[in-house]
Amino acid sequence: MANLLPVFNGRMVPRKEIPVLDFNLFRKELLNFAADGGYIVQFFGFMEEDALKALAVLRKADQLYAVSCALPDEYPSLTSENGKFHLFEREIAEQFGARPLHHPWLKPVRYHVNQRGVEDVFGNNYSEDIPGNYEYFRVEGEQIHEVGVGPVHAGIIEPGHFRFQCIGEIVLHLEIQLGYQHRGVEKLLTSFPFKRLPVVVEGIAGDTAMANSISYAQAIEALSLCHDPDNTARTLRTAALELERLACHVGDLGALSGDVAFNPPAAYYGRLRGEFLNLLVILSGNRFGRGLIRPGGVTMPLSEKNADLVVAKIREVRPEIIQVADLLFTAHTVLSRFEACGRVSRETAMDIGLVGVAGRASGINYDARVDFPTERSGEFAPCPHIRQKGGVYSRAWVRYEEILHSLDQVEKLISAGNLDSTIIPSPVQHPAPNAFVVTVNEAWRGELSHCILTDEQGRIARYKVKDPSFHNWTGLAMALRNEQISDFPLNNKSFNLSYCGFDL
Amino acid sequence: MLKLISTRIVQGYRTSPYPKKVIHLHSSYRGRPSINRDCDPDLAARCAAACPQDAIDPEKRLIDLGRCVFCGLCERLSQGSFISFTTNFELGVADPAHLVYDGNLPELAAHSKQHFKKLFGRSLQLREVSAAGCNCCEADTNVLNTPFFDLSRFGIDFVASPRHADGVFVTGPVSRNMKTALLDTYAAVPSPKVVIATGSCALSGGPFRDSTEIVPLTELLEVDLFIPGCPPHPLTILSAMLRFFKD
Repeated sequence: MANLLPVFNGRMVPRKEIPVLDFNLFRKELLNFAADGGYIVQFFGFMEEDALKALAVLRKADQLYAVSCALPDEYPSLTSENGKFHLFEREIAEQFGARPLHHPWLKPVRYHVNQRGVEDVFGNNYSEDIPGNYEYFRVEGEQIHEVGVGPVHAGIIEPGHFRFQCIGEIVLHLEIQLGYQHRGVEKLLTSFPFKRLPVVVEGIAGDTAMANSISYAQAIEALSLCHDPDNTARTLRTAALELERLACHVGDLGALSGDVAFNPPAAYYGRLRGEFLNLLVILSGNRFGRGLIRPGGVTMPLSEKNADLVVAKIREVRPEIIQVADLLFTAHTVLSRFEACGRVSRETAMDIGLVGVAGRASGINYDARVDFPTERSGEFAPCPHIRQKGGVYSRAWVRYEEILHSLDQVEKLISAGNLDSTIIPSPVQHPAPNAFVVTVNEAWRGELSHCILTDEQGRIARYKVKDPSFHNWTGLAMALRNEQISDFPLNNKSFNLSYCGFDL
Repeated sequence: MLKLISTRIVQGYRTSPYPKKVIHLHSSYRGRPSINRDCDPDLAARCAAACPQDAIDPEKRLIDLGRCVFCGLCERLSQGSFISFTTNFELGVADPAHLVYDGNLPELAAHSKQHFKKLFGRSLQLREVSAAGCNCCEADTNVLNTPFFDLSRFGIDFVASPRHADGVFVTGPVSRNMKTALLDTYAAVPSPKVVIATGSCALSGGPFRDSTEIVPLTELLEVDLFIPGCPPHPLTILSAMLRFFKD
């Protein structure tokens, strides 16, 4: 721990203060940290004076740490000793061509050319379509069969490819191969002019537009001389983040009900979800809050009349949500499908570092709003959880608890009034040179983090985005083990992870 | 059973009277822009320079609705004296030339392809392909199946198999990694077939325009109906489909 620099959420650090360790020491520190109950927030590669470096942001309890090293082209993988590093090392291999030796699951993450122009770790030249050289895990045996699904799925959802290794109806293993949504977001964030960035950030994962915009805005505010958001801006940001959570959680409960063929709650929650999107229209002019959050504040104050509309609507829908939940969670046909389905044990969840709803449903009480509060999220008591057995039922119930919690937050924030004026942010000036910042926010799926490194001219040299889905897709694969393949849609919906947030 | 009935009574009948009755969206909503063509040229130039999507032509006072993400920056900068956003949600066009917008959109019903009305006016089955869409266009298309919009009452359905479909409904900027899957899906739809492009990404690349990881949809397929927005309001999508296929 002595070699790690304590850093704070959304606070700028000069790059020269981040300790640069010898690789072997870096590896030992990270492994000790992860084995001792610490988690990985970010672990990524970046170029500095034509050399490949790695930077890790770690968390334990309510403290963040940063540490760096020069990364050799081949290095003994950390994943071979601790699973928490699994996808991070694959990502570094794909983005920068550094090979983690003895990595047990070394496969492409998104299928694209590496940024360094060195030999591809996976032997791809990218003239072929995705997935290129990708060896799917296979179970062999006379009664084993394989089911492939996607990239284009049956519903109106994002693309991804799933492979099930089954014996009869039972899934022995699910492999999730993504990358179809890759748009090169991180490269765009370092090459586009500043005026384009907020719009790109809103599109990283549109259902998480508020959390991504807030994470971006906080990072830019920490790095630049633009004024801090005023109280109206902080309140509206927090409210918008909770409205985004409400819309998604309510929609998910409806979709879970639909997936077990219980249609009334699916219809009611489907409509109620829209009420929250319409509240975001009142706040921002857009159903997903786009255009509202910019570095320096928010672009629209909330008039007293509109604030009253929001509060009245929250008060109107709360009893409806409770009544529909009573219908959903007491229907025996629903419970027989929800209970004991898709369990991820607390031990497994900790091994892979699950975050957010899925993590809390497995008994990991980590909520970035509590441990790393931003804006006004620290003013509220944590959401209590009573059902944390790690299955579909727990993931549904955690959502319900969070819905009630967020309804209270929005009502308190907006009903306090005084939101009818704000300082409209002006365009961003160049950020501080040679600086580093990390931001962490609790998006509706879990911990979302943005990291920025600036160069000597104050340009963004490296922009790293980590969506909570980056941790949690592995959780879905674990949940499916020894479950019936017919329970896949239900389990998938109970995680409801982001494809584009993962693929970037 | 009693719970089912009591919830049903509370929830009631929620389907929108649209299109029989006019719907008014909240005044904050940013729909079709109105352009003051007599505004100060310096102001127009300032709005164009600040536009994150470079969607404004300050000389001719035009907005490229394919690029515009309706973020509202131009309205804020000009305090409404150059561009202001109205709550009119009807934005669909059949001719890409109409996306370059001077404040007037021609009536979609009149210039949409007549043979599609005959073919699909009473029954339209669509296969949605999300090609690197950020899940906003997808979500606001999905929402058409909820009771408020109740898309099926118009004879329009989203189906699972391209073999059952009359066309593809594309969202997203089309990543390199989705190009083949999109073209395969299109090829699997029996002819005659329609192509609908929804959202700024599908129309122009949207926020991701200029990325080397995307392939513009308009270079891959001939698009019949363009629906602007980021994302388009569900009513924008619905109204465009009703005008294009039915009116």
